[in-house]
Amino acid sequence: MKLLLAFVLTVGIGLALMLSAALPVRAAGGDEAAFAAAVAALDQKSFADKAEAVTALAALAHPRTPEVLRALSAGQLVRHKETGAILIAAGGTLTDAATGEAAGRADGAPLAKIVANNQIRTRIEALLGAFLLFSDKPADRIAAANQALATPAAETAPLLAEALEKETHAGARAALGRALAAAHLAGGGNEAERLAAVETLASTSDTSVKALLTAAAANDAEASVREAAADAVRAIDRRLAVLDVGQNLIFGLSAGSILLLAAIGLAITFGVMGVINMAHGEMIMLGAYTTFVVQEVFRATLPPSVFGLYLVVAIPAAFVVAGAVGVAMERGIIRFLYGRPLETLLATWGISLILQQAVRSLFGATNREVANPAWMSGSVELLGLSLTANRIVIILFAFAVLAGLAAFLRWSSMGLNMRAVTQNRRMASAMGIPTGRVDALTFGLGSGIAGVAGVAISQVANVSPNLGQGYIVDSFMVVVFGGVGSLWGALAGAFSLGIVNKFLEPVAGAMLGKILVLVFIILFIQKRPRGLFALRGRAVEN
Amino acid sequence: MGPITRRLASLEKGRGWTVFLILTAAFAVGVPLLNAYAPPGSALHVPTWVVQLMGKYLCYALLALALDLVWGFAGVLSLGHGAFFALGGYAMGMYLMRQIGDRGVYGNAELPDFMVFLNWKDLPWYWWGFDQFWFAALMVVLVPGALAFVFGWLAFRSRITGVYLSIITQAMTYALMLAFFRNEMGFGGNNGLTDFKEILGFDMSRDATKVGLYVATVLMLAAAYLVCRFIVTSRLGRVLLALRDAESRVRFLGHSVTGAKLFAFTVSAMIAGIAGALYVPQVGIINPSEFSPANSIEVAIWTAVGGRGTLFGPILGALTVNGAKSFFTGVAPEVWLFFLGALFVVVTLFLPKGLVGLAATLKGLRRPTLPTPEPQPSGEKTHA
Repeated sequence: MKLLLAFVLTVGIGLALMLSAALPVRAAGGDEAAFAAAVAALDQKSFADKAEAVTALAALAHPRTPEVLRALSAGQLVRHKETGAILIAAGGTLTDAATGEAAGRADGAPLAKIVANNQIRTRIEALLGAFLLFSDKPADRIAAANQALATPAAETAPLLAEALEKETHAGARAALGRALAAAHLAGGGNEAERLAAVETLASTSDTSVKALLTAAAANDAEASVREAAADAVRAIDRRLAVLDVGQNLIFGLSAGSILLLAAIGLAITFGVMGVINMAHGEMIMLGAYTTFVVQEVFRATLPPSVFGLYLVVAIPAAFVVAGAVGVAMERGIIRFLYGRPLETLLATWGISLILQQAVRSLFGATNREVANPAWMSGSVELLGLSLTANRIVIILFAFAVLAGLAAFLRWSSMGLNMRAVTQNRRMASAMGIPTGRVDALTFGLGSGIAGVAGVAISQVANVSPNLGQGYIVDSFMVVVFGGVGSLWGALAGAFSLGIVNKFLEPVAGAMLGKILVLVFIILFIQKRPRGLFALRGRAVEN
Repeated sequence: MGPITRRLASLEKGRGWTVFLILTAAFAVGVPLLNAYAPPGSALHVPTWVVQLMGKYLCYALLALALDLVWGFAGVLSLGHGAFFALGGYAMGMYLMRQIGDRGVYGNAELPDFMVFLNWKDLPWYWWGFDQFWFAALMVVLVPGALAFVFGWLAFRSRITGVYLSIITQAMTYALMLAFFRNEMGFGGNNGLTDFKEILGFDMSRDATKVGLYVATVLMLAAAYLVCRFIVTSRLGRVLLALRDAESRVRFLGHSVTGAKLFAFTVSAMIAGIAGALYVPQVGIINPSEFSPANSIEVAIWTAVGGRGTLFGPILGALTVNGAKSFFTGVAPEVWLFFLGALFVVVTLFLPKGLVGLAATLKGLRRPTLPTPEPQPSGEKTHA
């Protein structure tokens, strides 16, 4: 009998409740004593009584209401068997539900759980939604409006209209307007309102809104609304198609920028010096591990407030570590193999095996975790596209590194020496340029930039001893495709490969896309054996 | 003696034939005899697992020999020979899969287990015929050969040489690896082909079958050695050597550089395919990781360690390096990669002619009055 009563009560007043409850929410103040009493009243035997107590509690519109209701919904609301106090038990600690004061540890305390059933939970959800619509924080109001937009219901229209009337925040007004339009279209408005709603909703590109409009185009009572809705659906489809292309372009740019970072260093060592460095991927790996070490040092020695700066320190550190290893490699091994490219290939492959095993012995074979600093996490909404911040930072960073390197080669005296040695070694030597030292430094520069690429890659990929292996074939492809000895070739190569790959992925699948790109490059080299940006003249013959 | 036998006899000098025949007999007859008749536990006894391990190494030796034909003699460093090896292996694996018949987990007489698992109804067309050994054996040679022919024709025609060729061959094997990882390809995806039961009606779990496969490998290696020997001592072999040292000059002299390279590359890929086909029944599995670029580069180091351009060198190199690998991975696994890496560096820096070259140098040091004879006429050298 009681159960039946509970059912009738909940279903019967479910909706009306949500609307009527919202009104006193705004009217009442924060009477602490009344709130405490209402909280204590939650501890009822029957669910029906509990449901009424929930409604009464929500009517008080106390700032702590959402927290208490959420705790009840999640099964965290408890009664202390000895003191009778109503507490929230979360994460092992207790808080007083009414006041929010700490009330000791949960373990061992004699507690009785206040149980909620699904009907109560549904009611709490509705109450909370209404509560949030009139919250003090605009962000809460926008979230509540978006929630209403995602699950449009005709019955919510009056409430939304009222909220919209009182709204002052511009962003929240827009969100509420869309939510209200959705509610109107879902059956909560007359013909004029529904037509206006179609117009409002046509400007979004949300898939749930599109579903709503499609339903309206098929089922609405008025022909005019059906027509307008069909037009709106077509407009949204067009916009989604454009967005899709934009999305692919951005993702391609992002993938391309990582390729670019990996390939710039190679454009120096392979492109400018003609050294096949199979250990190039391991330079990237060293850079990533340097980032990991710098991060650990920051964690261990510095306050958390400056933790976000560890990346800024990691960039020069990675450059120095990878650059030093590069110089050592050049002086120790590679300089004896100039003019014997195949031998260089094998020797540097050997070095890559040694570096991988060394890192595996030092840091272990498992992945190391490198955290995104706060300023690189989260995402940005741009023209309807959602972009993660770290991808954007990496795109910008790749361009900055390329520009810095181009400027260095063009304007610094060291850059001049490097170009002189590549173009005519003997003449450069006759002019007094220490060619041996320039060789070592050029190789160090290329390796150092690979290390810097490792800093960026540590932000988006797993840091493991095999990290570099995944980039070596791809970066050689970029350099070969773009043309050896050309930074601009590397730029064009990286971005075209990145973008083509992203456009092929949805059509052909990730792996097949990659295979097609490789086949394409192999065929491309047939037509232009020296890449997109081929060197001309004497340099070719060497 | 007819002209053909005379040509065959001229492949090696008298002492060369003696060494060749003794080695072949020792490996093909001696080892199985010691395995069968020497009492277990005695110093002379060769246990079956050692025979099997040797069989595996000899497959590697065959692969290194194939690479040496193009690298040591034509100057084409292919970093994609692992792909030809794996393709030959897959062709053999497909035959062995079909031999399982209805003894698989799902008991389907037509379809291999992984196809039943993927809910496929019919055998894909490219699996047709692989229930016949002769067809599979043909494919073991033809598929790698055809790939090498097409790839080589595209590459050599547009004069892609040196490291560029190395890199695109590496890209080729990488692309194939990605392709074979896909389940939709119909080659078992990640897991590859395994759980073989019998080959040509012989139970593969029996010791006699294992020894038989080993003997087949020895004989195939000996035959391949003679074929390579025949090629490098022919007129074409001279052209190959010459274009290795001065490609443009050979072209200007009117020889077809593309044709010569393409021939050597294709034959080499076929030998690599045979090596793979012999390898798969002996290790009992073939999966896409055989295509990984790292494997192909390792073949280059076997060849370099033994001494490229010598035919005997790569065989010696493959056996030495893999012996060392088995030793190190048993004793101290983490040391192996350090050792292998150092081997790459040391061999390229200090032993450009490999172990065979080292032996020749030591001999020359002991008897400075007798220089080792150069295989190629000295006139060619002074011009190049």
